Amino acid sequence: MAATDNCLTANDWICGEYLRTRSQELVDATLQHIGITAVSVLLGLLIAFPLALIARHRRGAAGPILGLTTVLYTVPSLAMFALLTPVFGVSPAVVITGLVLYALTILVRNVLAGLQAVPAEVREAARGMGYGPARLLFEVELPLALPAVVAGLRIATVSTVAMTTIGSVVGYGGLGNLIASGMEGYFKAEVLTASVLCVLLALVADVLLMGLQRLLTPWTRTGKKRTRVGAARRAVRTVRAGAE
Amino acid sequence: MGPVAGAWQWLTTGANWAGEKGVWHRLGEHLWLSGLCLVLSCLIALPVALWLGHLGKGGALAVNVSNIGRAVPTYAVLVLLTLSPLGTAGDWPTVIALVLFAVPPLLTNAYLGMHEADRDAVEAARGMGMSGPQLLLRVEIPLAYPLLMTGIRSAAVQVVATATLAALAGGGGLGRIITAGFGNYNTAQVVAGALLVAVLALLVEGLLVLADRAFDPMRGRRRAGRTARRAGNAALSPAHKPFAPASPGVIRSDPTSSEPIRTD
Repeated sequence: MAATDNCLTANDWICGEYLRTRSQELVDATLQHIGITAVSVLLGLLIAFPLALIARHRRGAAGPILGLTTVLYTVPSLAMFALLTPVFGVSPAVVITGLVLYALTILVRNVLAGLQAVPAEVREAARGMGYGPARLLFEVELPLALPAVVAGLRIATVSTVAMTTIGSVVGYGGLGNLIASGMEGYFKAEVLTASVLCVLLALVADVLLMGLQRLLTPWTRTGKKRTRVGAARRAVRTVRAGAE
Repeated sequence: MGPVAGAWQWLTTGANWAGEKGVWHRLGEHLWLSGLCLVLSCLIALPVALWLGHLGKGGALAVNVSNIGRAVPTYAVLVLLTLSPLGTAGDWPTVIALVLFAVPPLLTNAYLGMHEADRDAVEAARGMGMSGPQLLLRVEIPLAYPLLMTGIRSAAVQVVATATLAALAGGGGLGRIITAGFGNYNTAQVVAGALLVAVLALLVEGLLVLADRAFDPMRGRRRAGRTARRAGNAALSPAHKPFAPASPGVIRSDPTSSEPIRTD
């Protein structure tokens, strides 16, 4: 018994006993972390999409939309959460609103860039085939813009996972709460475990989004395969030509 | 009394600005910490980036370093360093964490700037008999200037923002006003502190944008070149631009628009 308790009493950085005795706390914090991050990024995407569409259709609106989201991005996260506290009280809404505002900057830019990169002739061809504006957007432009959108989503998600920790100032920081309480109690295992979990969460989210993109854009893969086959054929031809 | 009115009252109370816990002292700490960390990170990142860019190698390193930095929460690193043996050494944990997070944007942008520098111009300069250092100082750095400055700007804003977090790990700076306000349930003080920090961050960003424009070594010339290039692009029919979806690893097709990545 004393031997297993040792790492807790010795305040080691890595402690199996901590994992065992506080597993419920860790799971709760991780779930809160995932929840806050997911809601923030999804809300961010829901808001960023129409904003990007407006910015694309009205030249006059693009400047203010991009400018405002960039200015919001400059505000430090601790200040952002602090400024939102009087508005929402101490609640998860404070953290989520702050994170949504940060995600907007990245998402609006990427959605806009993705839509703008759709070649004009593709759009013309679809229009010629009788596609209306909504069908054009959802069936042609959006799928082609998807890689840029997912790229933005990945950056937004990873940095949102990291920033959720600051939510601990209002008590809704997921794993950040554990980091904060570990800091207060000088409890090393708690801080390290929560930090590592946070990084793992970010990496897992990134890989999942990458997988999602692969699933949603199968045409980018066949293209790659074809060129790889082509390159192999060319290489074989070159070798043969050299041998002759 | 609304939170804004309360914050205004807090800010206009002279007593809140004086002394060890006053605004002036905290502002001084904030600026001193931010300045020190920015200088240190420039000293670390820029020589490495310029050297790698000059050689034209190590791009993967520069990009990977900044990708990894994105997944690590600054707050966690700050607290980890504070609890480590370094924690007893005053402001050092904060300085190390801030430098650690400022180096990636500096490194990536400076490297990309060097990498994107017009290779023809570099070759021409070499053909004219410029030595390595001459080439670096008179051709490559001026050409890389916009991205170099973007990196410094990202890093500066990030350092100012992250210095706020130092307060959560027991460090000084303006963040202390916010955390102290949270501690006393003093909303007016929390909002006042947040306003101070937000204004400072925006001010730093704004000043750096102005400085960036004012000191551009090729201000007039670059604009002329861009206009000419745009005219040239417009002349090409869109058919000359093949559609290539961005690969998952490539985040931005236009590196000049690179943003600081927030993890604070």
